Amino acid sequence: MGDYLRPRDLDEALQALTRPFTVLAGGTDFYPARVGRPVTEDILDIAGVAALRGISESDGGWRLGATTTWSELVEAGLPPVFDGLKQAAREVGGRQIQNAGTIAGNICNASPAADGVPALLALDAEVELASRDGVRRLPLASFITGVRKTALLPGELVTALHVPRPRHEARSAFLKLGARRYLVISIAMASVVVEVSNRTVAAARIAVGACSPVAQRLPDLERALVGASADMHLGEQVQPGHLAPLSPIDDVRGSAGYRTDVALVLLRRLLSTVAA
Amino acid sequence: MKLEFTLNGRETVWNGAPVTRLAAALRDDLGVTGTKIGCDAGDCGACTVLLDGRQVCSCLVAMGQVEGCSVETVEGLESGDSAVADLQQSFLDHGAAQCGICTPGMLMAAQELVRGNNKPTRAEVEETLGGVLCRCTGYGKIVDAVMDVVARAPAPAPPAGEAVGARIVRVDGHVKVTGRDVFGADAIPRDALWVRVVRSPYARARFELGDLAPLRQRLAAVLTAADVPFNGYGIYPDVKDQPVLADGLVRYRGEAVVALVGERADVMAIRDDEVPITWMPEAPVVGVDAAMAAEAPLVQADKPGNLLLKGGVKRGDAASAFEACAAVAEGTFETAFVEHAYIEPEAGWALRVGDRIEIHATTQTPYMDRDEVANLMRLKPEAVRIVPTACGGGFGGKLDLSVQPLIAIAAWQLGRPVALVYTRPESMAASTKRHPARVNAKFGCDAEGKLLACDVTATFDTGAYASWGPTVANRVPVHAMGPYAIPNVRSWGEAFFTNGPPAGAFRGFGVPQAAIAHEAMMDGLADQLGIDRLEFRHRNALRAGDTTATGQTLAHSAGLAQCLDALRPHWRAAHEAIAAFNAKGGPRRRGIGVGCMWYGIGNTSMSNPSRMRVGLSPAGTLTLYSGALDIGQGSNTIMVQIAADAVGLPASQFALVTGDTDLTADAGKTSASRQTFVSGKAAEKAGQDLRQQILRLANAGPEAVLSLEGATLSVRDGGEVRTIDLVTAGPLMGEGTFDPPTTPLDADGQGVPYATYGFAAQLAEVEVDVELGTVKVLRIVAAHDVGRAINPTLVEGQIQGGVAQGLGLALMEEYLPGRTENLHDYLIPTVGDVPEIECILIEDREPLGPSGAKGIGEPALVPTAPAILGAVHHATGVRAHRVPLLPHRLREAIVKQSEAKTT
Repeated sequence: MGDYLRPRDLDEALQALTRPFTVLAGGTDFYPARVGRPVTEDILDIAGVAALRGISESDGGWRLGATTTWSELVEAGLPPVFDGLKQAAREVGGRQIQNAGTIAGNICNASPAADGVPALLALDAEVELASRDGVRRLPLASFITGVRKTALLPGELVTALHVPRPRHEARSAFLKLGARRYLVISIAMASVVVEVSNRTVAAARIAVGACSPVAQRLPDLERALVGASADMHLGEQVQPGHLAPLSPIDDVRGSAGYRTDVALVLLRRLLSTVAA
Repeated sequence: MKLEFTLNGRETVWNGAPVTRLAAALRDDLGVTGTKIGCDAGDCGACTVLLDGRQVCSCLVAMGQVEGCSVETVEGLESGDSAVADLQQSFLDHGAAQCGICTPGMLMAAQELVRGNNKPTRAEVEETLGGVLCRCTGYGKIVDAVMDVVARAPAPAPPAGEAVGARIVRVDGHVKVTGRDVFGADAIPRDALWVRVVRSPYARARFELGDLAPLRQRLAAVLTAADVPFNGYGIYPDVKDQPVLADGLVRYRGEAVVALVGERADVMAIRDDEVPITWMPEAPVVGVDAAMAAEAPLVQADKPGNLLLKGGVKRGDAASAFEACAAVAEGTFETAFVEHAYIEPEAGWALRVGDRIEIHATTQTPYMDRDEVANLMRLKPEAVRIVPTACGGGFGGKLDLSVQPLIAIAAWQLGRPVALVYTRPESMAASTKRHPARVNAKFGCDAEGKLLACDVTATFDTGAYASWGPTVANRVPVHAMGPYAIPNVRSWGEAFFTNGPPAGAFRGFGVPQAAIAHEAMMDGLADQLGIDRLEFRHRNALRAGDTTATGQTLAHSAGLAQCLDALRPHWRAAHEAIAAFNAKGGPRRRGIGVGCMWYGIGNTSMSNPSRMRVGLSPAGTLTLYSGALDIGQGSNTIMVQIAADAVGLPASQFALVTGDTDLTADAGKTSASRQTFVSGKAAEKAGQDLRQQILRLANAGPEAVLSLEGATLSVRDGGEVRTIDLVTAGPLMGEGTFDPPTTPLDADGQGVPYATYGFAAQLAEVEVDVELGTVKVLRIVAAHDVGRAINPTLVEGQIQGGVAQGLGLALMEEYLPGRTENLHDYLIPTVGDVPEIECILIEDREPLGPSGAKGIGEPALVPTAPAILGAVHHATGVRAHRVPLLPHRLREAIVKQSEAKTT
């Protein structure tokens, strides 16, 4: 049996991290990885740190506290740019998981099929990391470095995600494809944010998940969309070549070719829907 | 760490390691066992409780996070006067609980919603319940119960003589909706030692055990093959091929090798790699082609060619009849290993009592368990007592032994209670599966669509051990031509050993696999001739008076044509709606399919008697002693209803003693859809016997009316009322036995394999997203000839649950050893996957059955996958030859088809 610390404030948590701890928050990835065996690691339970929870807004954008749950996110009053993230939140496990699982936990777990990641990438989210030495920020795309790998350094804790305010009217949406309705690991998923000005795409941010070790933005597609008219035909802009950053694999849920195929379909549908 | 929280409104102090899961603390430390554990991984939702008003999986919450919070469990739903809550009453009224293992989780998830909204919509209910899996009900009655939560007066109990046919609330319903039912893991003595099983990580390997002495010093015992007095078990008396603990050789991944016995924390803390086992892996035999290969290594040394069994049915001359056919359809269809995925993992505990061993465990078959454990331990059967706990789902998977041998052997050796609860991955790796099948089918008919010939060969992967393989290989040839009158038949079944998991009994014994093939053939022939698919089946349906392929003339109760008649209006209306929908274009295409089936009730050409007793004590207690195990399907209730009407007293006056081999007679196993028909008939005879005894005591005629008040039994015969003082009359006991009349099958499979058959037809409407390859089942209409519905609510529950499993078989379920050993990689349908299911009950009475009843358990599942696959074909033109039809498989087939069209 290891130690179990449950700090009430951030300083206490960061103080603890001067030695190795396994961080526990919502528990929705922690316990499933320990079925049928006792927990022996030293645990830092950050769920009681009030400063890590909740959503705030400033001129520059929004700060999503690390231990904000998916349900809290869904229930928060947020502008349409967050619609995609909210739709993703409703696809994270069942309602029980959404009530417990946290946004930072999802990115720290760094699963290729993490439901929150494509939407956060499409929001251009940055990760706020704190340690006793200070605070730094990393783009989410730089934070998740591989399957179950992140840029988190020893002594660091993810304290929040920051979402910048879009420059124009922004719409967003998320689609997940699984082999059943609820409680399902994605075969593929996609999230888009489209900023519209004068019925024309002013900016687009697009990410696809479960089709590469880490969910990927599609920069060529994002560039290609700028200047296109924002209508129900926007999806037709998506071409197979835009999916080059993806590197899907064959597994029990689907073949690589199928994943590429459906990623294209999901993107076309998403873009036509948000633009219409 | 000591911490305080509120549990169901009461301040509670708990002391323990703060990283302890809330589910474990509730169950193990606080004695609140209404909260169930199905996976410990957040995949099933059985452990759902409310934490500060929100539903969470209590297996994922650290106790350290509970401090100062409010926790609500199923025990908190009842009000102070112990009346059930409206939600619980609604579950009872709607028949929303079957086995009951998911019920507490369902109730608590629903409670999050209904607390603030007592008129929820279907969509709201589905969103709320999406995280709780149910394997029994198909969800429909649960959704109805939550939508209909507003309090109402319970329906009055039916009077004497009117129980059969009534929708009475299940007799064990109250304990299921209050969390009081005791499942395998719920009443383990606090002083029990625990077993943890070390299992093979290889599908095929030799192994040597090192020095176990150091482990033995740390633990109460370390059991190996040498500790098992007779180390072989199996379903058939002549095939005891499966060891309790492997002896130097493992034949499948997940096979038990060593059992660690000790204090719970001690055995759980020992990692597999601390147990000195030297593994020498060998290349496994995977799949039937590898098993049949000329140089294939043998899985069982005494089974040449890896062949378990082969045999078939031959009638007429199929080969030459094909030449006269106007249309011939052919195809090969493959299915996967399918996991039962009952939400209750295998669990139980044993205790030595003098020279006897008592086993309290979840099971479908107490008497087979008794005899098998006695054989393994070299004890007399009378020295083994099986006390079944409530069974949290079985579906055939709890017909084979699981925890029983190890807990019995350990308890016998150590003189202390010993418990074993499988983890979910362990349950999935160790237990039996549905047989993967390859079915080659060829059917032909004349120009009018009258079937003339069929030739079917079904090849099964029976895995590492025989288990129920012979049952599957025997049953399938009898059913493989489908529920149709065909004069020329050749049907063949064979099963091969592989290094896959042992394939055993799973709802339908191979018939669901065969039905996928014969129903595809019906569609194929109908389409070739331009005949409506439903009418084609109607034309060929077996009817009373017809002779089956085994030469059996069906004298009564063959209601397939009536089932199809009942579907016809739905079928026609749906065709029009679908055509209108598809005319709009777009990537979503709708289709409709129909599936038919027949199913022999009870064992194939083998005796399978049931014996039941109904007692009336001097104190006036009326008790049904039933050895028929209720695994959720409702036999406890059915048996009481049947016995009540046979005696002539109200069902509400019955007490029930069930399952315990010391207290009840052998009513056989809960399988083969046999309990209503076989045990029900025995219950009817037992009730009639008791009634005869009473009438003799009162010297009354057969029409006399009984009433029971306390210890006084009144018998009103015409105008005369006689009272019997039960204290002086002494205990009365009625007894009844029934064994369905069958005959052996000869070398050509000719004979009477079953006394009666269930028939059914289901239609499925689907919507296929042709760009994604996804299939949404929009609606099922299921018409089943059940002979007589003893309790229509329970029959509907069986149908809806079977449909859900058939949907899983068709679209998502595939067990891959080492890959899908949990409930997030192995997918079973959620509440959002199962459509509304309309049940139509056809009652073509079977004179042999109780009040004319047959069986429904397995028939419910068989037609569903064929109907869905037919609907997908109707929507897309793609005929699935392999299930599950996962999205990528369907999409690839659609692409291939469109490429073939354009080239």
